[in-house]
Amino acid sequence: MSETTRLSRFEAARVVARRDFHAILFSRAFLFFLLGPLFPILIGALAGGIGGQVQRDASTRLVAIAMADANAEAMVEARAGLAPQIGRALPELAITRSPAPPEEILRETGRNYAAVVSGTPAAPVITAPQEAIAAWSGPIAMIAAHAASSETKAYPAVAEQPVATSRAAERSERIRTAQAGQLILFLLMMLLAGMVLSNLVEEKANKVIEVLAAAIPMDAVFLGKLVAMLGVSFVGIAVWSAVGGILAMVAGSALPHLPEPALGWPLFVSFGIVYFAMGYLLLGSLFLTIGGMAATVREVQTLSMPVTMAQLLVFFLAASSITRPGSPMELFSAVFPLSSPFAMLARAAQSEALWPHALALAWQALCVVIFVRAGATIFRRRVMKSGKAGRAVKAESSVTKPI
Amino acid sequence: MLTETGTMTRPSTAGPRPLAIEARGLVKRFDGILAVDGVDIAVPEGAIYGILGPNGAGKTTTLRMLLGIIDPDAGIRRVFGNDRPHEVARLIGYLPEERGLYPAMKCDEAIAFMGALRGLPLAEGRARGRELLEGHGLGHAIDRQIRQLSKGMAQTVQLLGTLVHRPKLVVFDEPFSGLDAINQGKLEVMIRELADRGTTVIFSTHVIHHAERLCDEVAIIAGGKVPYAGSVDVARDRIPAQVRLETRSIKGAWRAALPDDARHDRKGDESHFWYFPIPDSGIEALLKRLIEGEAGILSLSIERAGLHDAFVEIAGEAAARALEENAAGGASR
Repeated sequence: MSETTRLSRFEAARVVARRDFHAILFSRAFLFFLLGPLFPILIGALAGGIGGQVQRDASTRLVAIAMADANAEAMVEARAGLAPQIGRALPELAITRSPAPPEEILRETGRNYAAVVSGTPAAPVITAPQEAIAAWSGPIAMIAAHAASSETKAYPAVAEQPVATSRAAERSERIRTAQAGQLILFLLMMLLAGMVLSNLVEEKANKVIEVLAAAIPMDAVFLGKLVAMLGVSFVGIAVWSAVGGILAMVAGSALPHLPEPALGWPLFVSFGIVYFAMGYLLLGSLFLTIGGMAATVREVQTLSMPVTMAQLLVFFLAASSITRPGSPMELFSAVFPLSSPFAMLARAAQSEALWPHALALAWQALCVVIFVRAGATIFRRRVMKSGKAGRAVKAESSVTKPI
Repeated sequence: MLTETGTMTRPSTAGPRPLAIEARGLVKRFDGILAVDGVDIAVPEGAIYGILGPNGAGKTTTLRMLLGIIDPDAGIRRVFGNDRPHEVARLIGYLPEERGLYPAMKCDEAIAFMGALRGLPLAEGRARGRELLEGHGLGHAIDRQIRQLSKGMAQTVQLLGTLVHRPKLVVFDEPFSGLDAINQGKLEVMIRELADRGTTVIFSTHVIHHAERLCDEVAIIAGGKVPYAGSVDVARDRIPAQVRLETRSIKGAWRAALPDDARHDRKGDESHFWYFPIPDSGIEALLKRLIEGEAGILSLSIERAGLHDAFVEIAGEAAARALEENAAGGASR
């Protein structure tokens, strides 16, 4: 042992971080942690599938043609002639030979018509709910006009002069990237906040905290725990990224395409990692402080609920200001420590400026230090109140005082 | 027969020694309630020092302030001359009242981790941990996880973890609680061995006989105050020693040698016991008069007051009763 009589704060934090990192990495909880994102993805895919099916069923594009055979065929032909020019603006047409009135055809079971067109191409009649009439009466009139006319219209060729994107399109596209970045950041942080909390619960249950507090400064304990969890989360992210990469290679072009962020992908991803670390450290230190304020494991869980809710609000705050860069709300969400990582990641997607990130990261790091110190102070004040007996006496009688 | 009961040989504490711990006027309030009220303690290096008091008296809070786990609201504390105890953390070992280890850790890892917190390299801590475990009959458990140990074994592992970095000051908070009689005896031996090697040992307890058997000095604490801190012998000497005389006869001229307020007790028909303060004329003069008066002396001893009597005298009946109840509760646990 060296002659110095104490560990430095960072050495002490390293001892705690090392223990926690190994303990968590080789625990069963970590396996569930790794599998954690699978559940929201599965649920999302299921919900998306079901929703898509419902949507498809609800907003069908099929229109029934209840006309004399020749007229009906003329309508179908006219539609086929227009399709190359207009495409999805036209409804799908299906000829019905049902003698029933249009209202009944609409109600026929096993069919799913959005509207029924009767009459003749010269005088078509559309029967449908008001929204469907609004949606389809124009295209039906166009089809009917072509069906009624014997002339074949020639369409001039439109010369194409493509550009990468327009300013408006670029901005609107990048918002999608910003949203995706924020969502991933939020999901990761919520997952990890749960891990910090369970780690603290374990610490309280094991009653090791006093051994730590006696040997090293409490802020070193907090810092060690946060760093360990951050390390664990990076392992998790590496695993998920690897799995995601493999899936992306398999799925290929079937995956949704996100537009390139303003700072480019490498810098955006790097900022994503740094903002994740900062956001996690801020939230984690808050959770550790909550742990400090709680006397029991149950209290820890109860107290964490409002913070989780508050975190949702913070996320919504940052998410809602994406579309208004430079607005007071966006500036507030960039400055408020808990929403700052979200807001700044959105900026990284939308703006090329680098200096706001340097400023934000310095501010967030300062907030982490303040949060950790405050948490450690609260912990020392509230948790180490008295011995076992003292607490028992206090619980029995609130009026018990030293003689 | 002239004996002095209730005392034991202790290492000499004579002469000024540097202080391992010094605290003056320590005050701590929790939610407005005064938990510790102006505690003064001075622990010489190499001493075995007891903090004796009932549960809720402020022992744990005092120890936590001394170790820097919590800060006092007022007063000063110095550990090896340093008023920031964490600065000298490598010199200190601490066993808290609420024992706790990580259940998934192996025994040697747990000991090494506790050493690492005090600056001992992990590899060295593990090697020392193995030695300590083998030396304390736990060699078979080196590779076992803490969760696989009995409560007593886990406590021993934590105790060894407290000592693995070879501290100069060891602080135990209620170290005997939860231990059976055999392990209490082993711990007493360990504490004496530590002191013999020059380590300062401080422990809190609510069991008087542990303090009386082990300590050079004690701080008696009750209601957050320390009405007495100093040598165990001096505490006991606050109550005058008593003469305990056993005679065959009950009457005779020798009775004139006894003071008027001598307390009489009898055991069967043959023994009469008399208790009274040592007369001003001295024991030899008393003895002479008793022999000349044919008292039929069966035994005569001078009984020094025990630490329990001193505690009652110093802290009061209520605190002593609380102490006895705590000890009885601890024994029944």
